[in-house]
Amino acid sequence: MTIAWNQYDPAKFFDELYASKGTPRDSSKPLIDYLQQLSVDEVASRKAAADLTIREMGVSFTVYTEEGNIDRAWPFDIIPRTIDKKQWDVISQGLEQRLQALNLFIDDLYHDQKIIKDGIIPEFVLKQSKNYRKECEGFSPAFGVWAHICGTDLVRDTDGEFYVLEDNLRVPSGVSYMLENRSIMKRVLPEVFETIDIVPVNDYPEQLQKMLSSLSPRKDVRPTVVVLTPGIFNSAYFEHAFLAQQMGAELVEGSDLVVQDDDCVYMKTIAGLERVDVVYRRIDDLFLDPEVFNADSVLGVPGLMRAWRAGNVALANAPGAGVADDKVVYAYVPEVIKYYLDQEPIIPNVETYLCYEPKQCDYVLANLDKLVVKPANESGGYGMLVGPHSTKKEREAFAQLIKKDPRNYIAQPTLGLSTAPTLVGKEDLEPRHLDLRPFILQGQNSYVTKGGLTRVAMNKGSLVVNSSQGGGSKDTWIVDFEGATK
Amino acid sequence: MLSRVAERIYWSSRYIERVECTVRMLSIYDNLLFDLPRNVVLSWYNLIKINSLEKDFAERYTVQDERNVVKFMLGDDTNPSSVISSLHWLRENIRTTRDMMLEETWELTNELSIYVQENLKKGINRSQRHEFLNEIIKGCLQIQGLLYSNMPTDAPWLFLKLGRYLERADMTTRNLDAGVAAIMETKEDEFAVNSRQIILGNVLRSLNADQAYRRLTKAAVHSRDVMDFLVESPVLPRALNHCLANMIDSAEQLPCSEPLLQELYATREQVLNNANYDRIDNQFRDYLNDVQLALNHLHLTISATWFPQPE
Repeated sequence: MTIAWNQYDPAKFFDELYASKGTPRDSSKPLIDYLQQLSVDEVASRKAAADLTIREMGVSFTVYTEEGNIDRAWPFDIIPRTIDKKQWDVISQGLEQRLQALNLFIDDLYHDQKIIKDGIIPEFVLKQSKNYRKECEGFSPAFGVWAHICGTDLVRDTDGEFYVLEDNLRVPSGVSYMLENRSIMKRVLPEVFETIDIVPVNDYPEQLQKMLSSLSPRKDVRPTVVVLTPGIFNSAYFEHAFLAQQMGAELVEGSDLVVQDDDCVYMKTIAGLERVDVVYRRIDDLFLDPEVFNADSVLGVPGLMRAWRAGNVALANAPGAGVADDKVVYAYVPEVIKYYLDQEPIIPNVETYLCYEPKQCDYVLANLDKLVVKPANESGGYGMLVGPHSTKKEREAFAQLIKKDPRNYIAQPTLGLSTAPTLVGKEDLEPRHLDLRPFILQGQNSYVTKGGLTRVAMNKGSLVVNSSQGGGSKDTWIVDFEGATK
Repeated sequence: MLSRVAERIYWSSRYIERVECTVRMLSIYDNLLFDLPRNVVLSWYNLIKINSLEKDFAERYTVQDERNVVKFMLGDDTNPSSVISSLHWLRENIRTTRDMMLEETWELTNELSIYVQENLKKGINRSQRHEFLNEIIKGCLQIQGLLYSNMPTDAPWLFLKLGRYLERADMTTRNLDAGVAAIMETKEDEFAVNSRQIILGNVLRSLNADQAYRRLTKAAVHSRDVMDFLVESPVLPRALNHCLANMIDSAEQLPCSEPLLQELYATREQVLNNANYDRIDNQFRDYLNDVQLALNHLHLTISATWFPQPE
């Protein structure tokens, strides 16, 4: 008995693997052809192998619950999501373009603010931005880059076009799951890798290491790079440890570092203090340095901002980079790209209504049942309203929130997120909605991951892909048809 | 190398050693009970005494029988020295030192933890206990083997070694103590000689030393020679002398180690000079107790030399 691959029906949504009921797309045909040969039991045993691998690899994330923190295994679907390399190359350029523009924008905001003086972005947007840091004004980081690592969420609507949903410029996470997903798939479907040209993803840690090293203020020594983690209770601790290991960097906690009177950062080693050149920090701005920000922070390092401003240590991402992470700023990114690069954006934004514009706000309030409303500065899918799935009471509550603080809300049409066939139970194949988070690096040069992390809303009909809320993932295959066929 | 990481690696190594030693001890006891004449009353509760866990045990159980002792030593997460607790802490320490340890260590540790959690029942019941304990020992050896073959021999390795040999030395004193205690429990009767032989044979086996003893000493199994061998042999991996020599070797290659080295030299003197193998009785147990205190103090010195200090 085999799974009914030819009965799979994506219905009205754009499906990543199927062009229509029972008909695979060109990019996924070799994969589906292969999977079709496997019996139901064979698929089940591959699935079980994947689950065991995940447990043995200890791939987990932490969920905060009332009963305490639970370390949960990573929910994973063994059917990969495929993208044609030709299409990806264009997206990849679009992502580089976007991050370059955003970095020029951030640098401008902390210097002359030309974009405001020229009337492209209203001044109050900046004034009221939660993530604008006065402490960063006038500082010039290496290469003029503030956001060195960016996770940009892409979605495809029913028309099959890629859109940018949001940019994560603070401490984006997920890249380790992208890498682990590929390792799992190599163990689970090894045969497929022999016949299909799947672009490898595992150069990311090296690219990250190179980029971080290039930021070092000391050019005469091989730089010491550290990953600064809030510690074992952080939901992304697995990733912090993973990346440190892959890069050969030290994984440090705030208490491992100290800033001396010379304004340099040192780590406490078995042989005494050792100078640190680059800190890949996975701690939010406000916890970085109790001398400057949140005085109660025990996660950070007193004096870190002092050392950074003195140019004695590089911080990635730079403090204050999150100012461009604001969802109101997001709405202006197409303008930002035109303003700084004099180019048309390669990847469009999702249409966005700004609630502080009275006309747009009226539209939003009148159409709450159709829209997705998001607070400007939250991440992780928290505090948002998905109109079509909401109750009247929830909509009323959101209307109040919007009226009270219109600057802090945006709204977007509810997208018909694209789907991909996902294994449900032992032998059923059902469409599940998904998105894609590629990671973009920028130092002296730019780099984009080959694909990214595909996150899947594992619950039927759900549009929420966040791991904290029932999301899982799939491996993402950029498939090269023009390269030498094996 | 970070002080905090050095501490966690040192502890990882102690826990993996502790798991293996504890499991070995249980499996030896399992065997011993088959062999001893019926009139020798050897209690499973000795295992609790050897590991100085009387108080913890009393808080959980009243009956000091096999089932409770095995449960307590294997699967009781309220017992800080149980196999499952040691594995838990091993996993936590590996998890937080993944940037320094070999990649596969993490996977093997998970495999071992998963096996123990899912098969704990096998260990409680006698029929499958042997197989279960053997699998755990194999899992430990796999991790140790991985580290031995592939770990670069710089600071992380040296801290692994310090942890391993300190824990091992401590476990050896406990095993010897258990042997002496059991010998003292045998009555002076017609079975006495035979019982002592069996006990000493098992002490040797629990330290993986029976074959080496026969080959290297060419002596019969007498308490005097056995104790001498297990304390002083420079070549037996679990002999106290050998453990201390390895700690000295590691310390010599680490920075700031002078005070620890002095203490290690002194401890070795104490171990080699103060033992009186002619009297395997309470006097020898006092000697072992002093060695344990000295080992404890070595741990404090290691900690003060390299690990993060409370602010």
